[in-house]
Amino acid sequence: MKRTVFWGALAMTAMAAGAAAADTLSEVKNRGELNCGVNPGLVGFAAPDANGNWAGFDVDLCKAVAAAVLGDPGKVKYVPLTGQTRFTGLSSGEVDLLARNSTWSFSRDTDLKLDFAGVNYYDGQGFMVRKDLGVTSTKELDGATICIQTGTTTELNLADYFKANGMEYQPVNIDSNAEGEQQYMAGACDAYTTDISGLAATRAAFADPENHVILPEVISKEPLAPAVRHGDNNWGDIVRWTLNALIAAEEYGITSKNIEELAKSSENPEVQRILGVTDDLGAMIGLDKEWAKRAIQASGNYGEIFAANVGEQTPIGLARGLNAQWTQGGLLYAQPFR
Amino acid sequence: MSNPNHGPDAYLREEMLPEMPPPARETGMVKWLHENLFSGPVNAGLTVLGLLIVWFLFDHFYPWFAHSVWNASSLPECRKIIAETWGEGAGGACFAVIRERWNQYIYGFYPPGLYWRPTLVFGLLFVALAPILFSISRNIRRIVLMTAAIATLLSLVALNTPSIWLGVAVAIFAVALLVAERHQMWLLGFSAFYPLLGVWLIWGGSFWWIIMILAGMGFGWLAFIIAGRLSPLLAGSSAIVVTLLVWVFLSGDAAKDAENLYSLAITRVDSEAIGGFLLAITIGVAGITMSLPLGIVLALARRSDMFLVSSLAVIFIEFIRGVPLITLLFVAQLLLNYFLPPGTSFDIVLRVIIMVTLFAAAYMAEVIRGGLAALPAGQYEAADALGLDYWKAQRLIVLPQALKISIPGIVSTFIGMFKDTTLVAFVGLYEPLKNISDAVRANIEWKGIYWEPFIFVGAIFFIICFSMSRYSMYLERRLQRDNR
Repeated sequence: MKRTVFWGALAMTAMAAGAAAADTLSEVKNRGELNCGVNPGLVGFAAPDANGNWAGFDVDLCKAVAAAVLGDPGKVKYVPLTGQTRFTGLSSGEVDLLARNSTWSFSRDTDLKLDFAGVNYYDGQGFMVRKDLGVTSTKELDGATICIQTGTTTELNLADYFKANGMEYQPVNIDSNAEGEQQYMAGACDAYTTDISGLAATRAAFADPENHVILPEVISKEPLAPAVRHGDNNWGDIVRWTLNALIAAEEYGITSKNIEELAKSSENPEVQRILGVTDDLGAMIGLDKEWAKRAIQASGNYGEIFAANVGEQTPIGLARGLNAQWTQGGLLYAQPFR
Repeated sequence: MSNPNHGPDAYLREEMLPEMPPPARETGMVKWLHENLFSGPVNAGLTVLGLLIVWFLFDHFYPWFAHSVWNASSLPECRKIIAETWGEGAGGACFAVIRERWNQYIYGFYPPGLYWRPTLVFGLLFVALAPILFSISRNIRRIVLMTAAIATLLSLVALNTPSIWLGVAVAIFAVALLVAERHQMWLLGFSAFYPLLGVWLIWGGSFWWIIMILAGMGFGWLAFIIAGRLSPLLAGSSAIVVTLLVWVFLSGDAAKDAENLYSLAITRVDSEAIGGFLLAITIGVAGITMSLPLGIVLALARRSDMFLVSSLAVIFIEFIRGVPLITLLFVAQLLLNYFLPPGTSFDIVLRVIIMVTLFAAAYMAEVIRGGLAALPAGQYEAADALGLDYWKAQRLIVLPQALKISIPGIVSTFIGMFKDTTLVAFVGLYEPLKNISDAVRANIEWKGIYWEPFIFVGAIFFIICFSMSRYSMYLERRLQRDNR
């Protein structure tokens, strides 16, 4: 808790001093490179491969924004930020955009002076236990020892949830996901808790995934959202509408494969506006006509990005769930392009 | 032979007994065991307990090491191979991750085609160090240089070094080997040039920058000579001022113009790409070489009679020692940005090196101050009696003895500092222990791997730190001048 306050205070000082750099768009254009804050390593979301090329769900958002603004998805400098330095890194100007699986919460939006540009992944906190423990519901975890990563919202959610249900637990503090897995495997804790997406990836990497279950309850809302600095609304708009373009592209069936064809032949006025065939939406945010088209071309629409990084065809095997389009019973709902 | 007197010593033996072997308990293995391991019931008990612990550890870990898999492309594949070879349920190490990702542990995200550059810098490090660390024995110097030359050249060939650079490397090593035989002090010239060469080779860019930096120093030296005729104080200050002026106002533009006229540039590599042991060793070597002189100056300043000088030194040392290194690193990464004008980019690796150097220098100052304090007052008085001025007394009498006394402490500080380079993980740099491992684990193929990277990285750290400690013992023996 103290730690959170400390980082908050540091970030506040940051804002007071760093408000000078206001126009992020022209800064990025002058630099010719987008500085994108990412997780130093999270399976499916951001990870460098053997050649140092970054890939992942969050990384693809960085690429889309770079494609929209600079015309080239490769012009991104990935700045790995730890859980402790991510928000200070953003407010101090070290990065232009923070796409680092960060939960959109009240205090971060207001007190830390961040602007969240819309949710790119709806996550939630869950629990994993050994099957032979015989536990089928989170409600049966009274008195359990639980491995929990410090300095995250999951730590606070865990405390809230157990308090609300009048249960006791014994926390085993861990620093990283790898350490958590190790503690859990060694039997140092009965249950391991983190975001469901993380649990799924962890379980997939076990030697014996069939002996572990992820409990059905989801105890928190974790809308993971890309963030920008407070105070530069135009830059925030660019990130928000790039994300919206990716989501809308899936809704209207624009994929990286058929995008050229649709740009020529589509009769749908919304698709025409997104792809810059009619109207000039780009000019309203300081970009050119085809910004959204390039963003979608970078790694495909939202559905393609999801499938390539974390979807059911990958070893992580996440179902779309809440992250399906609103038309499919999910929560993805891009505001109209008009 | 017979005894003529049948007196009281008639029982005396006349002939020598044949030599007997010593009793079994007093010789060889048995004696050693008895004296060292089973000299009493308590010691015998402790020995048995120790053996049990060793056996327990061996029994526990041997199968894991014995079942190592070196050839696989992912953790599940490793597990499959282990299960197929040693049966279901067998545990084993998956060192294949090291085989697949060794390059990232060594070079971070440095462009693979350019791996030869840091390798060459590392090999030349031994040439630069030879006249400093191995100045006493020609034999050892020869062995060190030969080993470095052969190992470096073989690695360079394996890494597909362009032939021009291979030729340069061969030439440097050949000249160094020849010069080291007779005139090793000439190599100090290379040692002085080495930092610039190393920086240029690792980060790349235009060689004109290096030339212009040297030119600035050249102008400074000229100023030193000219002003030196007027007054020694003026000479020192004008040398510094002229050098800085040239660097600030002339070097940048001159280097750019020269680069446009005739390009001497090699591919630039960003600091973010530097990681793994390349990063640890870069920070370590830079910190070590800069913190020692800085520490000496601080230690002398702290013992100075001048109030301002000594109190500034005390404030600096106590402030730095009173703050954890991580705090300084956070300051370097985050707070400095607020003080610098927006838009200035000040290399993060450089920032970290500065902080680590300051941190090590504060500790170094105290270690050396200990050495200075241990020196008998007679030595200082003898220096005064000889009529030496302050700097000559320090250089010729005090420091050589004080530094010799401080060797164990100095090397401990070096080793501690080198290990502390892993703390740069917290400012997002890819040091080998944590962040490279986490990045490797973040790929689904290697997710779930835990101990193998630690063992690999730990082994390399051990080799480097152990070598430093052995070197310090060698140096202590070599420098022993008393007859104790």
